[in-house]
Amino acid sequence: MTAPGASIESALGVGELAGYAKEALEAAFPGLWVKGEVSNFKRHSNGHWYFSLKDASGQLPAVVWARDVRRIPAPPDEGMSVFARGTLSMWTGQGKLQFMVDALEAEGAGLWQKAFDTLKAKLEAEGLTAAARKRRLPRFPRHVAVITSGDGAAWRDIQAVVRRRHPGVHLTLIPAVVQGDLAPASLVQALDRLARWGSADVAIVGRGGGSREDLWAFNDEAVARAVAACPIPVISAVGHETDFTITDFVADLRAPTPSAAAESAVPVLAELRLAVRALGGRLADGLEDRVQRGARELRARRDGLALRARRVVERRRARVAQVAGRLEALSPLAVLGRGFAVARGTDGRTLSRRADFTPGTPFDLLLPDGRVQARTERVDAEAPHLRTPA
Amino acid sequence: MTFEQTLARLEAIAAAMDRDDVPLEEALTLFEEGIARLREASAVLTDAEGKVRTLVEAVDGVFEERA
Repeated sequence: MTAPGASIESALGVGELAGYAKEALEAAFPGLWVKGEVSNFKRHSNGHWYFSLKDASGQLPAVVWARDVRRIPAPPDEGMSVFARGTLSMWTGQGKLQFMVDALEAEGAGLWQKAFDTLKAKLEAEGLTAAARKRRLPRFPRHVAVITSGDGAAWRDIQAVVRRRHPGVHLTLIPAVVQGDLAPASLVQALDRLARWGSADVAIVGRGGGSREDLWAFNDEAVARAVAACPIPVISAVGHETDFTITDFVADLRAPTPSAAAESAVPVLAELRLAVRALGGRLADGLEDRVQRGARELRARRDGLALRARRVVERRRARVAQVAGRLEALSPLAVLGRGFAVARGTDGRTLSRRADFTPGTPFDLLLPDGRVQARTERVDAEAPHLRTPA
Repeated sequence: MTFEQTLARLEAIAAAMDRDDVPLEEALTLFEEGIARLREASAVLTDAEGKVRTLVEAVDGVFEERA
């Protein structure tokens, strides 16, 4: 027996040799990074991408299978300089070389930036990032939901900040995978749970810092749409202050970090107590003011009343004095002022006739300015000087 | 009434009492209500410790919070 292909008798089939070539190529050039320019890019309806990688001196047909397309943020542009990782193989049916790409990156932030910008523009066009859509966060949430990894720093930081600010607020973790291939679907599912559960007042969605690839799930279209559709206000908190994601743009508030998100979501209890006390003070002051005003009004009325009463009395008194004056003018006593005196017996009776006097008996003479004790000396029939001349 | 609504009501009451034309009887009624609302608000603030839970969804879609 001779070795396969060494003689006519042991000739190989074409497909057989092509198969050997394919195996040999794949073994010789596995998982290599290749640098080149993209040309003739085609997206096939079955989900695969076909294009050529070329440079000044060579050209290589390349393919990205649909299962690997999912991990590449955006398709490359024609002529774009890229790094492609793949295995050199052979398309035996066509007898052609084929570089099977499983990772593709453009120089700089290229493809990531392109994917980001494309999705951002699309969501902006739909109005999902509009300022008018942003809902106000509840000022006093009782229950905060957090969508992140239960093992991550973000969840720890959020718990610490919330406890420090307001120990009475309830915190509920809705666990989600926050990086890797499973993250977008997991985040969407957690957001869906949040929406159906409906017990929280506000939600924080995010994770701690990481590489651009680690944070990439927060640039996923389905995640962005789920955040936009959330029935309660959402604070996005992804990575560090300098990391911006699509989720940040559709959320009601972008917090620079998970800790900052917790601060935005939950007020400080001590400040709330002060605010409530201040309101109590305003109420008490308000009532006191009102009562004092009432008392002032009452005093004013009372004073007015007293004044009128005094005037009434004074008017009466004036009238009384007037009447008294007139009475006095008519009083027999007034006659005394004109030089007459009244004689009064010791028993108080007025002695007005001769018969009232008995010689030797005492009587009083009433004068305008006093009284004189007198005694009857003699009683005559008439006072000669008062007698009318005949 | 949520805490937020309670505070808003308290602010409205305080503002109403500050007005010059509020009758004294009404001011007293408002004050009474204000005191009741203040109690509510304070009670919320001195409420028991907040809980930290994890949301769990059963197969039949029923939610449960676990420590």
